[in-house]
Parts: sequence; structure tokens; C-alpha cells
Amino acid sequence: MKKSEIPQDKSLLEGFTREVDYAVDESGKYTSVLSSGWEVKTSALDLAWDDIKLRVKEAEEKVRSGQASPVLFFMELRLMDPGILAAYTGYWQWQVKRHMKANVFNKLSDKKLQKYADLFEIKLEELKNPFAK
Amino acid sequence: MQIQFEHAQSAHCENGVTTNLLRHSGMSKITEPLAFGIGSGLFYIQIPFLKVNNAPAFSYRTMPGLIFKRTCKSLGIPVERKKFSSPEKAEQVLNDCLQSGQPVGCQVGVYYLTYFPKEYRFHFNAHNLVVYGKENGSYLISDPVMETVTSLSGPELQRVRFAKGALAPRGQLYYPKHKVDITDDAIRKAIVKGIKRNSRDMLHIPASVVGIRGIKYTANKILKWREQLGVKTAGSYLAQLVRMQEEIGTGGGGFRFIYGAFLQQAYTFIPKDELLKISEQFTKAGDVWRSSAVQAAGIFKGRITSEKDFQDMAGYLFEVAEIERQAFKALEKIKW
Repeated sequence: MKKSEIPQDKSLLEGFTREVDYAVDESGKYTSVLSSGWEVKTSALDLAWDDIKLRVKEAEEKVRSGQASPVLFFMELRLMDPGILAAYTGYWQWQVKRHMKANVFNKLSDKKLQKYADLFEIKLEELKNPFAK
Repeated sequence: MQIQFEHAQSAHCENGVTTNLLRHSGMSKITEPLAFGIGSGLFYIQIPFLKVNNAPAFSYRTMPGLIFKRTCKSLGIPVERKKFSSPEKAEQVLNDCLQSGQPVGCQVGVYYLTYFPKEYRFHFNAHNLVVYGKENGSYLISDPVMETVTSLSGPELQRVRFAKGALAPRGQLYYPKHKVDITDDAIRKAIVKGIKRNSRDMLHIPASVVGIRGIKYTANKILKWREQLGVKTAGSYLAQLVRMQEEIGTGGGGFRFIYGAFLQQAYTFIPKDELLKISEQFTKAGDVWRSSAVQAAGIFKGRITSEKDFQDMAGYLFEVAEIERQAFKALEKIKW
């Protein structure tokens, strides 16, 4: 990449930082230059977020229809997966997966649910009734 | 308490932490490209059995931690590295280091890193930064991908040091144990070692998902994605391929350009004309990676989605594989 070709597109980094790119100058020598972002890269990140939003929406529908517990919804909302949930809560992954079933979730004690509420940074009430508002 | 620490921004976090810590220890000749090259940082792998955000995971550089480790070892610099099971102990050791005037490299998770833009905060646990002081209860942070220094409160720093999930940092910290006078000759030897090791890693690891073979492996997969997965999921997979080329600061095959810069800087220590020629090949490889990203964007935005477009996409990767194969072969042939 030539120094003159380094993209200076608008990106989500705006107001936070710019990034360092290495590129060659007219004489072929490498230098580093600051770039505000690259449109191609931003669109890949946008797509990742579109996918996440879609998964959150699907999870919401499953919870509303009783096919899954709110644990699934908040897991998607916080970009987590069962492995991450298990690591933070101290439950086994198979337990986490069970807790995602509505009927199992409904029988869990407040003490057990509190671990999820803490991880998701919400009140216990919100965990039990995520769409109350 | 604040240590005189020079913050230099870099393209990649671990390169930056390595470079800044070594420069702080008096090794003023170390630059980001040298650290990356001596640490044999260039790599490719389609990580088997792992899905990130429901899509396959790729990496364009070597395993987290290796660049610092290898660079220091090759230069004969002793390293202190600690992991902790107790967060309190981890904080205590960090404070002790700062008290004694030693800035410290820390592995952290990005998800709870408050000064990052929200859109970049995924559960990625192999980010690196330097803590270089503590003032009014806040830790002073030199994060190499940021333009300026920043700070984190005690609890904020604890939280990112003890992020959980894949590659959990477990409070890991590291720093060069003491100053070592590095001669130009030592740098020369380290450069040669770094190049040989990198050629080996890219050309000769007998696994289909790694190195040049790995790039071809992904290319062959891409040829089948459209039929196997449908255009939408295939698009998400390709976006992931781009996004992972494209963590903050490594813009578009960025590691290839850093390696090109490394070979030019290596030339100032070892004036062999081949190094400059091969540097150009890596520039070319980086350019083709960039073109592949543009092609991928065309697909995942739904602008071009025919079978032919997927073939072209794979074609870029086959082209990259061939350029990098020839470049590393040429590096292997150099008589040092």
C-alpha cells in the first residue's frame, strides 16, 4: 500500500483514536501513518452488529413465546456464549444450557439467579421480567 | 507515583507493548517492525473447532504472548511473567512493580475496557497494554493502539485483568527483568533467527489449517460456502475474515505491511539486497489481502453474490498464498 492510498474514512473510532498503518512512500520506503478508518472494515463491523441484533431479536421472540428463558436473551444482548456464562458464574456449561430452558429457569432460586443478574448488570426483577418496560 | 514512560502508538497491541517496554529498558533501537519480525509475528491460521460470533475464527499473527516472549529471548533479555489465581495478589504485585519504578505489560479483555468505542468491545481476551503509574487511585495506562495515554480506576483495571472465557488473562503481567546492553550484533542474530523461525512457521508446519496451507485451506472452503451455507451466512463468514484481518490498527493485511517494514529495517542491520526485494513481495501480499477485503465487502453487502464472485474471492486468497510462499522460500534461501 502506498502512503497516498491510506484510507481516511469515517469510522466508529472517531472521537476515540486513530490507527497506525504502515505504507510505502514515493521512494518505496516504509513509514507509519495515522488513519481515521477504512470503509471496508467499518462495513464488516457493521455486519457483525447486524448479526448480533438479529440474534437478540430472535432470542427475545423465543423468550416471549416460552421456548427459552431470559438467560438466552441477556446472553445474546451481552455478546456472550454459554462458555463465557459458565466462566463468569461458576456454573458448568451444561447447567447454563439447562438454565436457558424456561421451565428450568422458573424453578431456580433467587440466589442462583442473582449470579446471572450480577453478570448481566441488571436487577433480579429485570432478569425475571426482561420486557416489562 | 508516575514512572517516566514514553508512549508510542503502534499498529498492533503486543508489538507496541513489547517495543515500549524494551525502549523503556534502554533498548532504543527496537521499533515496532523489529519487534514483530524478531518475534516471528507473521502467521495465518483458520482456528479449528472454534467459532467466534457464530462464524469461523482466523488469525493473521502468531499466538498471543509469543511476540514478547520470542523477541526478548532472541535478544537475550530475561523476562518476568506471572499469572494469578487471586485478584488481590495480582493487584499487590502490580503495585509493587510500579513502586519500584517498573512499568508492566498486562494482558486484558476488551469487553469491559471503558476507553474503547462500544462497537469494538467484544469478548476478546488477548489485548495488551502497559500500566506505568498510579495517581489519585487511578492507574495510568499506555495502550499502544490509542493515540494518547489514558487511565483506568482500580476496579476497572481488575475487571479487565480478570476477564473470563477463551484466553482468559488471569491477571497476567510481564516485563523485562533488568536492563541489558544490546549490541548491533545481537540484533543481527535475533533478526536472522526471527526470519528463519517465521519461514518455518509459514512453510513447514504439517497442518492443513496453518501457514500457507491454511490460506489455501480457507480459499478452498470459500469455494463451497455459497452452496453450503447460502449467501447470507457465507457473507457473515467473509465479514469475519475481514474483521479479523482488521482489528484496530492492522488495517487490511496490515501485518504483511509491518513485515515489509521489518525487512527494510533488517536491511539497515544486515545489508543484503534480497531483503529489500522480498520486502516488496510482502507489500504485494498486503495489497492482495486488501483487495480480498474489498471483494468480501462486495459480497457481504449483497452487491455481488454470484458463484463467480465467490470464485474471485477464493482467487485472491490463492494469489496471496502463492506470493507469501515465494517470499518465505526466498527468505529461506538467503545465505546469512
